[in-house]
Amino acid sequence: MASTGRSWGRYPITRETVISLSDRHARLPHGAYPALPLGNARSYGDSCLNDGGILLATRGLDHFIAFDPGTGVLTCEAGVLFAEILDLVVPQGWFIPVTPGTRFVTVGGAIGNDVHGKNHHRAGTFGHHVLAFELLRTDGARMRCSPDENPDWFDATIGGLGLTGVITWATIQLRRISGPWISAESHRFSNLGEFFALSRDSDRDYEYTVSWIDCAAKGKVLGRGLFSRGNHAPARPDRRPAAPSGRLAMPVTPPISLVNPLSLRAFNHLYYHRQRKPVVHATTHYAPFFYPLDGIAQWNRMYGPRGFLQYQCVVPPEASETAMAELIRTIAEGGGGSFLAVLKQFGDRPSRGMLSFPRPGATLALDFPNSGASTFALLDRLDVIVDAAGGAVYPAKDARMSGEHFRKYFPRWEAFTRFIDPGMSSSFWRRVME
Amino acid sequence: MQRVLIIGATSAIAEATARIYAERGSRLHLVARTPARLDTIAEDLRIRGAVDVGSDSLDVNDLARHETVLEAAWTALGDVDVVLVAHGTLPDQKACEVSVETAMAEFATNATSTIALLTLLANRMDKAGRGTIAVISSVAGDRGRASNYLYGSAKAAVSTFLSGLRQRLSKRGVDVVTIKPGFVDTPMTRDFKKGALWAKPEAVAAGIVKAVDKGTPVAYLPKFWVIIMGIIRAVPEFIFKRISL
Repeated sequence: MASTGRSWGRYPITRETVISLSDRHARLPHGAYPALPLGNARSYGDSCLNDGGILLATRGLDHFIAFDPGTGVLTCEAGVLFAEILDLVVPQGWFIPVTPGTRFVTVGGAIGNDVHGKNHHRAGTFGHHVLAFELLRTDGARMRCSPDENPDWFDATIGGLGLTGVITWATIQLRRISGPWISAESHRFSNLGEFFALSRDSDRDYEYTVSWIDCAAKGKVLGRGLFSRGNHAPARPDRRPAAPSGRLAMPVTPPISLVNPLSLRAFNHLYYHRQRKPVVHATTHYAPFFYPLDGIAQWNRMYGPRGFLQYQCVVPPEASETAMAELIRTIAEGGGGSFLAVLKQFGDRPSRGMLSFPRPGATLALDFPNSGASTFALLDRLDVIVDAAGGAVYPAKDARMSGEHFRKYFPRWEAFTRFIDPGMSSSFWRRVME
Repeated sequence: MQRVLIIGATSAIAEATARIYAERGSRLHLVARTPARLDTIAEDLRIRGAVDVGSDSLDVNDLARHETVLEAAWTALGDVDVVLVAHGTLPDQKACEVSVETAMAEFATNATSTIALLTLLANRMDKAGRGTIAVISSVAGDRGRASNYLYGSAKAAVSTFLSGLRQRLSKRGVDVVTIKPGFVDTPMTRDFKKGALWAKPEAVAAGIVKAVDKGTPVAYLPKFWVIIMGIIRAVPEFIFKRISL
């Protein structure tokens, strides 16, 4: 059935025929048009869209296949959500080894985008914890892939944006925890230099680090923000592991974006000054620590009917401080930017995927309300800075980078093309191959 | 620990319901037509917390096998606390209008087979003097409509049968729960355009478990369908026959 495709950024809007998969043993439906596997559509731009083609929706592949509570090895179908895994494994003392900022992603999507989290400096990307998966091609071929079996297909599919075929199931190694609690600290920092110092000091002793920055602040306080770091806390037998209940929701899309230069400046100012003390300690449930925005269903609607563009880039260590300052200055002067601008230092562990985004350096992520040409022009200016610094932009968040930039950021793209399923394509891929 | 028998266990609503029982640590016995699919579901339910999951294959239209399959279920579970009858199809109304054979086959799957199963189940539960029989009927059974009156009449037969069975078994301490889902987004309704009235199988499943726990005689799921169907039933026939639904 033809339907309107929307990614999390609600831009661009496309038309696809959606076919739901529900049996991992079945062959893929084949047709005259290129197909693309779809997880839970949490990618921001057009990498999960396939305008004029077919989307193979994998949420129906939602069965657990095997779980060993002794070793933390979990096998499940590719459409299982991280949220479902957490519900199953946290009470049994396990956690997902690498998680992005939302738990509403599928296992297949996490592999296809080789997602990263607040522990990249320790744990690398999600792909580092995948022990094996099955790849199903449109010609009916099935391949078991792992670091030892079909390792080149394994590396092409991790971060391969769904283009190598459908992942039917995957086996992942979970991480031991003693309870659902996180012992967290929040440090206020007043400029970018302080951020880098805090980050250097924290990486050794803290498994999770991330910062919120005030992307509206300029001058002496450019890059001020709150540095959050944490570790899994020891068991708290005195507290019951109940997740915070109740979810807020954006029930409708407002006619215009609620995020504008005025609300943005006000929010960022208040958010920065809300924390009075330079350091705050707290023991918190994992949900608000890892997934603050999951508490507001469909928060992406607040940007109005035109949607928004997310921008996430990484710049290498030697260029980090100067390039990051230039990026933030350009954003602050443009008056755009978002409530939630996030800054983090990646670690040195090389990603497995041929098209994986994470690499050593500092990464900045933020959203911009789609205000048309001015937004695109600003993002183009950011691309120039990232490119000059030798960095890269994250495909899972992108809806507009040029093919020229993509091919520069991901130099293994040409070797990757040999692994693409001839029956697969995406809006993103056609755009960056132009 | 509840012992739960599910017939039509591969349907999306039944599977979502089974997951809730699995998370509660129930013992489950699943019956459906396709054994391969049952293996996938059974393994998943074990991981989600079911104490044990048995399975058996049955074509519900093979009435002669009903007793054998139920006997095996009772043997596997020891005793049965909850039976959920969830099998069904969504017939192509147009096809049923041009072929008596299709119409009768669809009626058999959605009504006759259910009534046959319920006859045997009722006697077993009657003897036990406890437990709950829950059956997925449909809001479509509340009034015949041009767009799917074969399905509607089959579900009406089931609902009416259940109403009588509830009277009979209430004196024996057995609850009979008629489940009437509205539009549910499942593989059965894949080709429909979805709007605001559509519910997810997980939401309907939660409603089923709640209705079983409370022994609710008739549960419209989601609840707002009580109002919609109340209005639809109240429209006088001379108007109803002119509108298209």
